Amino acid sequence: MFDFSVVTNWIHGLLVSVMPLGLASFVECVLIGICIMLMYAVIAMIMIFMERKVCASFQCRLGPNRVGPWGLCQLFADVIKMLIKEIIVIRHSDRFLYNLAPYIVILGSILAFACIPINKGIEVLDFNVGIFFFMAASSIGVVGILLAGWSSNNKYSLIGAMRSGAQMISYELSVGLSIMTIVVLTDTMQFSEIVERQADGWFIFKGHIPALIAFVTYLIAGNAEVNRGPFDLPEAESELTAGYHTEYSGMHFGLFYLAEFMNLFIVSSIAATVFLGGWMPLHIAGWNGFNQIMDYIPGFVWFFGKAFFVVWLLMWIKWTFPRLRVDQILHLEWKILVPIGLANLLLMTVCVVFGWHF
Amino acid sequence: MENKKYSYMGGIFHGLKTLLTGMKVTWIEFFTKKTTEQYPENRNSLVMFERFRGTLTMPVDENGRNKCIACGLCENACPNGTIHVESEMVTDEETGKKKKVLVRYRYDLGSCMFCQLCVNACPTGAIAFSTAFEHAVYTRDKLVKTLNRTTDKQS
Amino acid sequence: MNIQEKITGYIPQVQFVEGDTLWAVVAPAHLHDLAKALREDADMQFDFLRSLTGMDWGEDGLGVVYHLESTRFGFQLVMKTATTDREHPELPTVCDIWKGAELNEREVFDYFGIVFTGHPDMRRLYLRDDWVGYPLRKDFDESKEINPLRMTNEVTSDVTSTIEIDEHGHAVEKTRVLFEDDEYVVNIGPQHPATHGVLRFRVSLEGEVIKKLQVHCGYIHRGIEKMCESLTYPQTLALTDRLDYLGAMQSRHALCMCIEKAMGVEIPERVQYIRTIMDELQRIDSHLLFFSTLCMDLGALTAFFYGFRDREKILDIFEETTGGRLILNYNVIGGVQADIHPNFVKRVKDFIAYMRPQLKEYHEVFSGNIIAQQRMKGVGVLSREDAISFGATGGTGRASGWACDVRKRHPYAMYGKVHFNEIVFQEGDCYARYMVRMKEIEESMNIIEQLIDNIPEGEYQVKMKPVIRVPEGSYYSAVETSRGEFGVYIESRGEKYPYRMKFRSTGLPLISCLDTITRGGKIADLIAIGGTLDYIVPDIDR
Repeated sequence: MFDFSVVTNWIHGLLVSVMPLGLASFVECVLIGICIMLMYAVIAMIMIFMERKVCASFQCRLGPNRVGPWGLCQLFADVIKMLIKEIIVIRHSDRFLYNLAPYIVILGSILAFACIPINKGIEVLDFNVGIFFFMAASSIGVVGILLAGWSSNNKYSLIGAMRSGAQMISYELSVGLSIMTIVVLTDTMQFSEIVERQADGWFIFKGHIPALIAFVTYLIAGNAEVNRGPFDLPEAESELTAGYHTEYSGMHFGLFYLAEFMNLFIVSSIAATVFLGGWMPLHIAGWNGFNQIMDYIPGFVWFFGKAFFVVWLLMWIKWTFPRLRVDQILHLEWKILVPIGLANLLLMTVCVVFGWHF
Repeated sequence: MENKKYSYMGGIFHGLKTLLTGMKVTWIEFFTKKTTEQYPENRNSLVMFERFRGTLTMPVDENGRNKCIACGLCENACPNGTIHVESEMVTDEETGKKKKVLVRYRYDLGSCMFCQLCVNACPTGAIAFSTAFEHAVYTRDKLVKTLNRTTDKQS
Repeated sequence: MNIQEKITGYIPQVQFVEGDTLWAVVAPAHLHDLAKALREDADMQFDFLRSLTGMDWGEDGLGVVYHLESTRFGFQLVMKTATTDREHPELPTVCDIWKGAELNEREVFDYFGIVFTGHPDMRRLYLRDDWVGYPLRKDFDESKEINPLRMTNEVTSDVTSTIEIDEHGHAVEKTRVLFEDDEYVVNIGPQHPATHGVLRFRVSLEGEVIKKLQVHCGYIHRGIEKMCESLTYPQTLALTDRLDYLGAMQSRHALCMCIEKAMGVEIPERVQYIRTIMDELQRIDSHLLFFSTLCMDLGALTAFFYGFRDREKILDIFEETTGGRLILNYNVIGGVQADIHPNFVKRVKDFIAYMRPQLKEYHEVFSGNIIAQQRMKGVGVLSREDAISFGATGGTGRASGWACDVRKRHPYAMYGKVHFNEIVFQEGDCYARYMVRMKEIEESMNIIEQLIDNIPEGEYQVKMKPVIRVPEGSYYSAVETSRGEFGVYIESRGEKYPYRMKFRSTGLPLISCLDTITRGGKIADLIAIGGTLDYIVPDIDR
């Protein structure tokens, strides 16, 4: 298994040899920041392209196929369009908050993105309360959405924002509970540790029934957390035209759009990391030859493979179901998912105490 | 309509079952052949139904003559004033009889609503709808067409 | 029982004209009493106001023609009233007796300037508030100086007026506030993804809950009834396709039927077969689009595409025979435009064979889905009484337990001779409205299957005179379009132009019951209700 820390240590050594340690750390921070942003943008573009093609396939159509081969250049055309479009200033809006909101959303999203371990040795933010930090960072986004809805001076936006607030804060609970189930199993909150512990089998297999229940609840709650169908009430286009970002145009809208897709990726990659082993290859105890062959496949391939599989799963869900109503969404959370999550946590604890897991 | 009452857990499992049934359908559709028609790539193979009403035309025979007798019935039948027939009286040199002859048959595609009343009204079958449908032009006056122009050129 | 005697018992001054249906001519002073008696008498129970037509009879004054029907006994009656006062024409309202009269009376006010005393909301319905004059009056000045193309925005008023008669017999105008200043009023439409066209609602909200709702029509008003008065009968046919564009075949069928009935033309059986099959194909087409758009409204975008994919096959069948996909131009007076295409029979059979399994797929992906069911069940319940009172026919009425199918009530074309079930549900909620239409697709396919192999040989058109003149008189005929009873009322003076041509809109009663059934629901419910009512805006605005 290739360890990326070799590369990072080499760069660190190189920088320290030419400049003082403080400056080197600063340069490293900037470099990492740029890398994260770049990866963020690239993955978002892949996601948008994937969404279009997958959605088209479900709907018996071909999807974009005019710009470039298989419509690949459609993305660049869209990005350029988005960048050069005018950002329209809305009269009677709260100018400062209106401009601030998309950046808060994107900030929360990038912070959460930085937590994800992509390969052995590529963990940007990795410390002993990693999951805790991830949860905190990903919930900043709701502030941005509320601000966007409030400051737009538009009734649709406000309704969308209020829906979003109610929904995201509620579903945070289920996301937390289902991840907590795995934390009980692993007794660590550090992402790199969680992945390491899955070397002899992914948690979804190791934790069997409670882990499976947690995985399903996590998918539902995570889907709701990122406002995607069938939980896309905050931007329900047939009710509120575009919900909280109705009044946004140009790159400000682009940032919301980007954050939405990236949040989907983040939720999927956390699912991949926590339940499906992250960058850890598929290992089956006893099959040493098989395990060695699996190890030849680099970790980031495993990681992206799993993450995009979960993304595809969520897209399949989104493009199949109708949208829920706001009271039903809260009913689902508070009367179904939370009790199941709590019971499941208890079940997992019992399993761990009696050693009923693999 | 059946309206079964489910228990708490029963309701959850029933709900999950219906959701999975839906996902089964989309799963199958994911792999079936797509129905998109790729226009304009399929332009050469694209055949319109022969009765399709694309635009009004005035067919000509092999000598380049149309059958219009400039009676103006189509003009009267049109609810929109789309058709304008200009005619003049010409004396036939052989017989010495006076005869109405079509000078200009003006047709405004932009205001036509394809109701077919003009074609129905025509006593000689001089006008007919063709299946051409690519009518996009940059200005509206390009939509005003002279249908008997081919005969104009010959005379 | 003799209705004539019954009525004379209540109001002795009523005059009667015998004909196809009984006409009761009543003076405005007795109108309201007569209407109340007709509605409430246990032996008559005229509870369904089929059509309300404003009229300008010139010398004989301005008036209204009411087409009534009793859903219990099936009696029919036409009530007619007129006032000779052209300066301040006033008639008593009947919207307290038939709720459906409310919007219809506003339409009459808009067109003829007849003020209905006691009407709660006497505003124009279609035209702008600053329109000068009443366009359907025969003395209307059409000059452009009076009504230029106005480039200013129309300001929506929050108040409306009611005209009431005080104890001295004078008309007193009272104002009524529609929306208070501190209400959270949201505009939904005219540009909104879920209003299916340019319809506009003003919704007062309490959080997500709808407190009241006002419908604004007229954004696609084209004055088709006014236009018809200056068109010959064959020319008017071109306009019916543009009313309810998903019932083009059926609306045109109604108009042709009305003219043919008036002229006493015998229609060949082949034509009747073709018309019936075409009507049913149109119904399937419309219901498929209904399914698709409802799915889209509820957020299931994928099912939307499935419906459209299958509807395309019907459009191809239409196009091959009629040359049109949406604007079909098929029925003409005395027959159809062209004989069916040689491929027609085979294509229709193939389609039916293809469609049956597809319907199962629809039910799997949408109808059975727990989210869809929860969004629709118990939402927007329209009671049977309200459905009749509003005149909400079609799938909406049948979902509320009202067997209102014109094909069964007054069979026309081949409907008397084919076997089919009238789908009736009792719930009256969105899910019932949805299921009625899904089941009707199956029934329509059954009807087509009974007819398609037996189309008799014969003429596809009766030779008509070059100039069609309808004999003097009044004629009403109705068909069951994809979304309810579509009626055509023609008053002719024996000329080649109709004196008055009125189309009973199928959508107007549907939107008039919106306020009643959305109250207390959520915004998302409004979308579901709007989707399942299945109105078509050009048909409402005409």
